[in-house]
Amino acid sequence: MTNHWVDIKNADLVLIMGGNAAEAHICGFKWVQEAKHGRKARLVVVDPRFTRSAAVSDYYAPIRAGSDIAFLSGVIHYLLENDKIQHEYVKTHTNASFLIDPAYGFENGLFTGYDAEKRGYDKSTWRYQMGEDGYAKVDPTLQDPNCVFQLMKRHFARYDADTVSRITGTPKDAFLKVCGMIAECSAPNRTMTILYALGWTQHSVGSQNIRSMAMIQLLLGNMGMAGGGINALRGHANVQGITDQCLFGESLPGYLHEPTEAEPTLEVFLDKRTPRMLRPGQMNYWSNYPKFFISLLKAFYGPSATPDNSFGYDWLPKMDGAYDVLAMFERMHQGRMNGFVCQGFNPLASVANKGKVSAALAKLKYLVVIDPLATDTSEFWKDYGELNKADPAQIQTEVFRLPAALFAEHEGSFTNSSRVIQWHWKAADGPGETREDTEIFGQLFVRLRAMYARDGGAFPEPIQKLHWPYRIASHPSSQELAREISGYAISDLTDASGNVTVKAGEQVAGFAVLRADGSTACGNWLYSGMWSQAGNLTARRDNSDPTGLGQSLNWGFAWPANRRILYNRASCDASGKPWDPERNVIHWNGKAWGGNDVPDMRPNATPDEGVGAFIMTGEGVARLFAPGMVEGPFPEHYEPFETPLGRNPMHPDVPAVVSNPAARVYQGDMELFGKADEFPYVATTYRLAEHFHFWSKTSKINAILQPEHFVEISEELAAEKGIRKGDVVTVRSNRGHIKAVAVVTKRIPVLTVEGRKVHTVGIPLHYGFKGETKPGYITNTLTPFVGDANTQTPEYKAFLVDIEKA
Amino acid sequence: MNVSRRGFFKVCAAGMTGSSLATMGFAPSAALAEVRQYKLAHATETRSICPYCSVSCGTLVYSMGDKSKNAKARIFHIEGDPDNPVNRGSLCPKGAGLLDMVHSPQRLTHPEVREPGSNEWKRISWDEAFDRIAGHLKADRDANFIERNEAGLTVNRWNTTGFLASSAASNEPGYLMHKVMRGLGAVAFDTQARI
Repeated sequence: MTNHWVDIKNADLVLIMGGNAAEAHICGFKWVQEAKHGRKARLVVVDPRFTRSAAVSDYYAPIRAGSDIAFLSGVIHYLLENDKIQHEYVKTHTNASFLIDPAYGFENGLFTGYDAEKRGYDKSTWRYQMGEDGYAKVDPTLQDPNCVFQLMKRHFARYDADTVSRITGTPKDAFLKVCGMIAECSAPNRTMTILYALGWTQHSVGSQNIRSMAMIQLLLGNMGMAGGGINALRGHANVQGITDQCLFGESLPGYLHEPTEAEPTLEVFLDKRTPRMLRPGQMNYWSNYPKFFISLLKAFYGPSATPDNSFGYDWLPKMDGAYDVLAMFERMHQGRMNGFVCQGFNPLASVANKGKVSAALAKLKYLVVIDPLATDTSEFWKDYGELNKADPAQIQTEVFRLPAALFAEHEGSFTNSSRVIQWHWKAADGPGETREDTEIFGQLFVRLRAMYARDGGAFPEPIQKLHWPYRIASHPSSQELAREISGYAISDLTDASGNVTVKAGEQVAGFAVLRADGSTACGNWLYSGMWSQAGNLTARRDNSDPTGLGQSLNWGFAWPANRRILYNRASCDASGKPWDPERNVIHWNGKAWGGNDVPDMRPNATPDEGVGAFIMTGEGVARLFAPGMVEGPFPEHYEPFETPLGRNPMHPDVPAVVSNPAARVYQGDMELFGKADEFPYVATTYRLAEHFHFWSKTSKINAILQPEHFVEISEELAAEKGIRKGDVVTVRSNRGHIKAVAVVTKRIPVLTVEGRKVHTVGIPLHYGFKGETKPGYITNTLTPFVGDANTQTPEYKAFLVDIEKA
Repeated sequence: MNVSRRGFFKVCAAGMTGSSLATMGFAPSAALAEVRQYKLAHATETRSICPYCSVSCGTLVYSMGDKSKNAKARIFHIEGDPDNPVNRGSLCPKGAGLLDMVHSPQRLTHPEVREPGSNEWKRISWDEAFDRIAGHLKADRDANFIERNEAGLTVNRWNTTGFLASSAASNEPGYLMHKVMRGLGAVAFDTQARI
């Protein structure tokens, strides 16, 4: 979330699309109700199902799963066509005025530079025109035909209301009604908040779904505002924190990059990763990249990281390709992996195409499952009849299962969706011989280190040099680790006049004091300050909110720098005056920036200096035109890989652009995509109020509340197929089938798309063959093995199935 | 004097006993069950966070035992933390069932192994588990570690054992896992956060 849970109460309009907060984020949803009661805010829900969020909305519009970009592009077109944009904001805070290379273009559903063989783009024309002064050229009048604003107008002109309705199945009047309500928030003192979740991310165009909305929020002037922003309602209690620790092969903690083979030396790496300033006088905060990166190397390798060995840069592995979860299971399936360590994660149930995942696990030499609970994955080798067919005698994988502690059985910090890091304390030991994850990894590491010291082996140096200062080597404590993440001075830090500002060994106050000379260590620059000399700030419990804005600045510690609303400089006009004085986040007081939040701006940057609000970009403004995206600098509608239409209605005659042309598809998976003639119904997976992923199925009370797997269909489809409420049905995709109980409801609208009826089948995902719930099939038996082109998040929300009475 | 249950405990905590308050005529509303008062009054209250969704609701975890060395704490009640500015004491149907997850019959209680081709779990000690797993990791790393690529560039990469990290783990074990994996040269890892 750029904003936070409590801040939802400050919105004038709440849009829930690509999520279902009333059932999936129930205690956060109360702040929507608070907005309705306190500000007379309205709630609009756009969803393929009439969810419980929709049930308490002021307006609900149905939409076909997988057509959100068409809908949102239509909104962009509506705002531009009807001049419902916040002009001053767009001019001050976005790249609308920037000039783009005239060679850039868009034709037949493809942007310039497409390579069909590689399924990817050469993005060299997706760039700014550069002036002789070395900065990007701009046209403040927004009239140049190559400026972003004009390109945008042309790109989205194709998404008129009739086209949108034809693609999405949303009735035209419903679409226009939603547009009208959103457009009201272009007034400088009205804000819309968007609450989305996996309903937007789990598509082959997931990132562009979100980007489309980011563009809308910029056109409306809602980024940085109280009650505005882009708010991802995330999954687990610490999914944000684990994302920030970047347990991704391609990243290092704090969104730093893991080096690749193309970056052989530290100098080359830092030069490539440290961005240039694109407009004069900008903060370009990533220019501090070397400070963050070298402080991380010092945290990893301690005294062994010296200027002479490039701070241990050579010890870091150099990436040679993708290792996301789909890529790993693909490699495993090809027999290119031997081992797999699976912590608190149930991939057999939660990764796409269970059949492929199961076959891949069977090819491993060893599998280690670390979990508090008995997961389906840990027993993939066991025969559960039709729910999990297996022949254990044929499966040679050695499987270990280690009992881990649950949340209440260890201390540490969780980062919520609001980016607020909160400490939790230990209440009791876990049952039996349960151990904490820190000990399990500590034990494995010290044993490996001893084995390498004793027996030698492949390149033992980085193992021996890994900085391991923990009091109990086999069990580093969460407190020690939190201090390392936050950062400390290795030698005295001095200011320009030579005065010592931070003594050696002291915790640093924040990332602003980190150095690139090896005098500071910091495990994650974004979290710097969470444990300062003042102690553990994540444990703060002062919930006071003196202004009533809901910031609670002394509760826990928010990253970055305890800032609660990101980009809050954009809540003011160029002169530093809040767009809405009633909801003052920060303002310029004549000498400094301040107010009800930590300013997202150099505190003494006078408005005259023209330092842009989007301090992480080299241009200082937000990008309506975003060359960083894999499949295009503007969003375009592409069909899901399994489409009920068989063509892209935006480009009906171009087979190459039916689905995302830049998405990665593995050989074998492409062939397994189903076609509408055999699988005529659009399926979408979802979650229930009473269950959390595959976790709460182990909890008795939740198993009693929602005991059995079901699928949800409309009365019309039920009648067509002769299915009655309570019948057991078989749902089949081109990858397998599941059986479940039919629930026939009025909650699934039947849509008209391109003149024909489209039915939706809703499939909750919480069931499996292990747990306290009635043993069931695994929903992801059905789903396609393809991900979003930018993030590789699998496409669980739109695929094709057939359904019949079992 | 109208005393809520929580207020009642605050008053008690101020140094008076419940019984003396009651004799003074300040007893809380009649519906309050005497047995429950007794249980919570002797419980240890620990601040924690619901591990399910990213609202990350504050919870109060009540356990028997005072955390002294010779007392084994047992969790018997979990409720929303009224001080938490986000959930303000509430929990949803998922969070309200936390106690049943803590005490689920599905909890693992000891390390075990399923040998290749076997149809059953076999209980093993932690020592055996750590040694065998460390042995596998080392053998695979030693056999498949790539120190240099074909062009002679140092790449220090181990990509034949993969790791999946949990989004339910705290930041500290998450960071530790990252540090250890990089120390070993691992590149094949990912987390639930992707999904």
